[in-house]
Amino acid sequence: MVLITRKIEFSASHLYHNPSFSAEENRRIFGKCNNPHGHGHNYTLEVSVAGEPDPVTGMVLDLKELKEILEREVMQRMDHRHLNYEVPELSRQIPTCENIARVIWQLLDPKITHGKLHRVRLYESPDLFADCYRNGAVAAGKS
Amino acid sequence: MNAPLKLELGRRYRFSASHRLHTAHLTEEENYRVFGKCNNPYGHGHNYVVEVSVSGKVDPATGMIANLADLDAFVQHHVLEDFDHKSLNEDVPAFRDKVPTTENVCIEIFQRLKKFPLATLERVRVEETGKNSFEYAGENPEGNRP
Repeated sequence: MVLITRKIEFSASHLYHNPSFSAEENRRIFGKCNNPHGHGHNYTLEVSVAGEPDPVTGMVLDLKELKEILEREVMQRMDHRHLNYEVPELSRQIPTCENIARVIWQLLDPKITHGKLHRVRLYESPDLFADCYRNGAVAAGKS
Repeated sequence: MNAPLKLELGRRYRFSASHRLHTAHLTEEENYRVFGKCNNPYGHGHNYVVEVSVSGKVDPATGMIANLADLDAFVQHHVLEDFDHKSLNEDVPAFRDKVPTTENVCIEIFQRLKKFPLATLERVRVEETGKNSFEYAGENPEGNRP
């Protein structure tokens, strides 16, 4: 099995707020991420697809195709957007790194037609990221 | 039934420390042959980066596997306070009788962090410099993911 990874960057704003919590609870749990006017990040997304190289093309998945999928599914939806208000998939959940990574997985998984989506890694900053895997998937190189 | 997707939260921390690679099981000459300049008797230091990955259920109310403030405080208290600006050989009891290679540093940090009560520790990855890194996932065969 070979793993191919494509990286993109997008910039977006968000805030953490749960309407079922009191104002005080929201501040305590979410800290400065609860600022009502929101704040933003430069997100870095790494998408890894696993598969066997096609015997004719030598490719697991044409990177041009992966680039187009990422442009259509992620960039157009999320780049320079407010994740709470402009991305319907996130409007009913807190747009944490974990939830954004899961939404991106759900958007990409049905679109990957060659190979299998193996990992979505979303960096909110260089020191904070979330990884999404298929549950029970074995580590790359072990199957 | 297991959830179809598995989420992990990754966080990077930094500490600076000195160490000396030396073992009482080898002669002076053998130590120098095996460890080279890392055997310099006065030690040397690195800016280490520790990457910690935890997994768990994403709480629908908070969108979080674990609150970062809790993870940060735990790592600060159980690792960084003991390791940062210290001599690993002299100041960390685990390395009195064990060579403080970054392999062993990685295992020691994993043992300390697996007690984190609010999520499951998946793996610890330590960068000794920007050019080398080490990962430990305990006995978890799925732990060493790409």
